[in-house]
Amino acid sequence: MSDGEAVALAGATASRGGAPVWSGVDLTIGQGEFAAVLGPNGAGKSTFLDVVLGLLPLSAGSATVLGAAPGARRAQIGYLPQRRSFDAGTRVRGRDLVRLGLDGGRWGLPLPAALSPASRAAAGRVEEMIELVGAGAYASRPIGALSGGEQQRLLIAQALVRRPRLLLLDEPLDSLDLSNQGAVAALVQRICESEGVTVLLVAHDVNPILGYLDRVVYFAAGQGVEGTPREVISGPTLSRLYGAPIEVLEASDGRLVVVGTPEPPAHHHSRHDHGH
Amino acid sequence: MATELAALSWNLVGDFEQLTAYPFMVQALEAGAIVAAMAGAIGWFMVLRRQVFAGHTLSVIAFPGAAGATLAGLPIALGYFGACGLGALALSLVSRAGEGQLSSESAAIGTVQAFGLGLGFLFVSLYGGQLSGLQSLLFGTFLGITAGQVQTLLWIAVAALAILIVLGRPLLFASVDGAVARAAGVPTRWLALAFLLLLGMAVAATAEITGALLVFALLVTPAATAQRLTARPGRGLALSVLIALAVTWLGLAIAYFSPYPVGFWVTSLSFGLYVAVRALAGGGGKA
Repeated sequence: MSDGEAVALAGATASRGGAPVWSGVDLTIGQGEFAAVLGPNGAGKSTFLDVVLGLLPLSAGSATVLGAAPGARRAQIGYLPQRRSFDAGTRVRGRDLVRLGLDGGRWGLPLPAALSPASRAAAGRVEEMIELVGAGAYASRPIGALSGGEQQRLLIAQALVRRPRLLLLDEPLDSLDLSNQGAVAALVQRICESEGVTVLLVAHDVNPILGYLDRVVYFAAGQGVEGTPREVISGPTLSRLYGAPIEVLEASDGRLVVVGTPEPPAHHHSRHDHGH
Repeated sequence: MATELAALSWNLVGDFEQLTAYPFMVQALEAGAIVAAMAGAIGWFMVLRRQVFAGHTLSVIAFPGAAGATLAGLPIALGYFGACGLGALALSLVSRAGEGQLSSESAAIGTVQAFGLGLGFLFVSLYGGQLSGLQSLLFGTFLGITAGQVQTLLWIAVAALAILIVLGRPLLFASVDGAVARAAGVPTRWLALAFLLLLGMAVAATAEITGALLVFALLVTPAATAQRLTARPGRGLALSVLIALAVTWLGLAIAYFSPYPVGFWVTSLSFGLYVAVRALAGGGGKA
């Protein structure tokens, strides 16, 4: 195992229903890196996560995840699916949700912490994760009563509680307001460094997380490119990817504005904008 | 009711001796405790999983099952448990993705509920149309419990609760956070089926005591009250069982000293407690 790499694809093609979603993708994400997975809707971001999880075999090329075939190291991957906020009536504490991420799949009931060193260690690990994501103040409240940002922090703690080496977050910022998007991105970067975990984060908009990223994977037009944020989110790279002239403008605060993509970034709001 | 003998006094020991002077009353208290433990625990998961409609459907199916068994000369328990078991299997087949969530199918299930009630009414009429038989099937036979029934209920409750203890943690995971549980390798579909069968057992056992229509006094109300009071799973389960037990025993005791039926007291007590907790704890409640 080349221990510098967490995820590597070479000449990879992923297909769904016989049609390739993307093809000829080469990429390398190093251990401990924070990478964003970007691209328009339907370009294959979630497909990429499915490949990494070993749920979707490649139709061509090769993939290595944590030094083995995809799926072989499934236990070392923490996964936060796209979602999903909890119903307001869900009467289970955030703390319990994190604990379920640790041993929720086991049969039988846990022994009380007073009787079992293993239960004490588990409870300690849960508290450690709650502190790590800064959820101590509200971890004892019912999960349904928390805000989207608070729920998202607890879900990240849940995904981290088994000490994964690779963390896959599918659009964790989607339901959050701008300030919370930045705060959660900063938290993910901090975890990336302190826990030495590699993070792949699927996002719609790169700007709230731009300052924290080591790498960017960009899927569009049946292809995928990987590199540093400045390399990938640049006029020449995106023009090559889309096969159309694209400009990337930098605002005075460092935000990037992509001009000329076939699909405008606000695409998914357009349905609501055209009401009667 | 033995109202002509029973007179409430301030002597609690004396009252308790009066209450337990007759075997039928002791058996009612025993059966009530067994059923309360089962309904309280399984009901807690039912409320958490938002499967109250499935529970209601099973309780409606219990009625024609019991009436049919009476008509065919079979043990009435066989009717309750058979109908609820088959009903649970059927529900898991029709429910979306086998997870027991009933949404688009709810109209279809509503029509089956109505048909089930009609069928039960037919069976009772064919049996001789005795009103007392119909009434006990719908509203319970608290005071007609035999020692043999108590024994059977005990074994069923022990088995159901043992299964619940084994399945409890993954079931909680699957109930609260299905997508992540599935991704973590929890067999959510099998758990959903197993839970519907457990729910069927709990409904059948409770219906045998409270009648088909009053099942929810023990299956829903204590669980809903407990979830208002605490968001901690262990405490919530324990509290749900305790509330179910308290309303059952208190209901039996009050009914013994009053002219009104047990079913009325049990439902009123659990309803009153729920309303009080809702009013006091407010909308959100605390942890």
